[in-house]
Amino acid sequence: MADKKKKKLTLTQQEYQQLAKRHEPPRPLTRNFIRAFLVGGVICLIGQGIQEMFIHFFDFTEKTAGNPTVAVLILLSALLTGLGWYDRIAQWAGAGTAVPVTGFANSITSAALEHRSEGLVLGVGGNMFKLAGSVIVMGVVAAFAISLIKTLINMGG
Amino acid sequence: MTFLWAFLVGGAICLVGQFLLDVMKLTPAHTMASLVVAGAVLNGVGLYEPLAKFAGAGASVPITSFGNALMKGAMAEAEKDGLIGVITGIFEVTSAGISAAIVFGFLVAVCFRPKG
Amino acid sequence: MRKGYQSWVFPSRPVIVGRAAIGGPFEAQGPLANDFDTLHGDLMIGQDSWEKAERVLLEEACDKAIEKAGLRREQIHFMLAGDLMNQTISANFAARTLSIPFMGIFGACSTAMEGLALAALLVDSQSADYVLAATSSHNSSAEKQYRYPTEYGSQKPPTAQWTVTGAGASVVANQGNGLRVTAATIGKIVDMGMTDPFNMGGAMAPAALSTIESHFRDLQLSHDHYDLVVTGDLGKVGHSILSELLPKHNVNIPLKRYVDCGMLIYGDNPIVWSGGSGCGCCATVTYGHLLRRFQEGEWKRILVVATGALLSPISYQQGESIPCIAHAVAIEADTL
Repeated sequence: MADKKKKKLTLTQQEYQQLAKRHEPPRPLTRNFIRAFLVGGVICLIGQGIQEMFIHFFDFTEKTAGNPTVAVLILLSALLTGLGWYDRIAQWAGAGTAVPVTGFANSITSAALEHRSEGLVLGVGGNMFKLAGSVIVMGVVAAFAISLIKTLINMGG
Repeated sequence: MTFLWAFLVGGAICLVGQFLLDVMKLTPAHTMASLVVAGAVLNGVGLYEPLAKFAGAGASVPITSFGNALMKGAMAEAEKDGLIGVITGIFEVTSAGISAAIVFGFLVAVCFRPKG
Repeated sequence: MRKGYQSWVFPSRPVIVGRAAIGGPFEAQGPLANDFDTLHGDLMIGQDSWEKAERVLLEEACDKAIEKAGLRREQIHFMLAGDLMNQTISANFAARTLSIPFMGIFGACSTAMEGLALAALLVDSQSADYVLAATSSHNSSAEKQYRYPTEYGSQKPPTAQWTVTGAGASVVANQGNGLRVTAATIGKIVDMGMTDPFNMGGAMAPAALSTIESHFRDLQLSHDHYDLVVTGDLGKVGHSILSELLPKHNVNIPLKRYVDCGMLIYGDNPIVWSGGSGCGCCATVTYGHLLRRFQEGEWKRILVVATGALLSPISYQQGESIPCIAHAVAIEADTL
């Protein structure tokens, strides 16, 4: 996609973009990678802990404990978002908070929170999936395509 | 032991996400969508379930597990009901996550105000 | 009257008889806090939404500027205002409150100087005696509309900028004491194919260059004519780029006389990445800090070049690059 755009640029534009690139402070990759790894790992650790708690104290099995664990993590993320703390942690952690299901919950909650001023139906209801929508749509479409192919192969073979 | 693997695998998946954001310069939406699709693909080739077995929350907490869960639902239903199961089963397993996100998101929006 | 290809000179030298800068809690923590007329501690200013808070900022700036001019609302002939919101609602609703004949303008972050240039033109051409030029921006309403919900956890790159929560207004008159608006250059859209909405400085710098070049050419001025050349919100990245572009294009402004409002408003605070941005950035820094130093005698003539990025979320999603513009206004001391 980027190359297609570059080919349409004039020489002056290309030269300018090279100049501009030199003035761009580089993203602190090592720092961001370490933070993402650590925070992501810790969140999964917390998830594991919650899962163990459901198995040992609430009689869930390993198979069934996954759902309440995810629900608890979502609740925590929603609360942190409402309290205004989530985005500060996320600026530091990057993908570490965005990639776990906490990021999914934050995207839904933050959109709902932001558009509260437009009312519950149109504001909250109509905008809740502004960010999470692409994740759900792409996931469902991909799962549909892949499972369709697999099922057809299984039926044919 | 599962705890160690949960930490390592979860961290590694987030590392992939950070790579997509910083090096490939994808937007957060593109990054998350890619990871979900990757989860579905990994389930399709039979790699996600074994990963989930030894990594525990390290595989079930990242957004990739959403793609995996969508596939599990679709495939399970397809085995029962044939081809139509691919459509009817998709949300079976992920119902908890989506319902929780909608309900809690809604409640927080009602009770809190954005802080900017 | 027109001079050169795209510039105006104002022989009657319209006067800035009143000016005001209103800011939010983050601006209150910055190095220019003392140059604001009012600073709010609550980002929502006691309102129900970010958008309503932005309107309050703009209304307060307008009222304050009119008050400091020693005038009443009814005496202002025209109001020129704009902001970043869709359909410029902050300006529209502020105009509803002020009840002054109103023309909405949109120049994104270049609105401050677009307004000032047009106000000076109206006064100089004897089409008005008193004109109010105002603009505002709000960090949260801008994030909500252009980027992500304010509580969304996304990481911004080091080229990103922080939208100023603030409003600036000035009253331009055909008489009175104060700094004078002597010339203006209207910019053309410049698009260098930059597509990253998190690097506005890089996108806007060529537009600033184009307008500055045109200004000196149209008015036939030497490049060290101004004691200070200040851009609206190029930020650290844009400032650095323009500092390289200017000598490269034989515009030899002494670089120690070139500063940027986006860098001034927040100082060295790392939270703001490349610096401040938004319509309120150029407006509050100019109408608050810069004109205060000017009136204290620090300079005799300055050139304020406000820069704007004229994209929308849809144009970006449709794969378009970022078209930018810059408008320049020359301000001189009373006694010259």
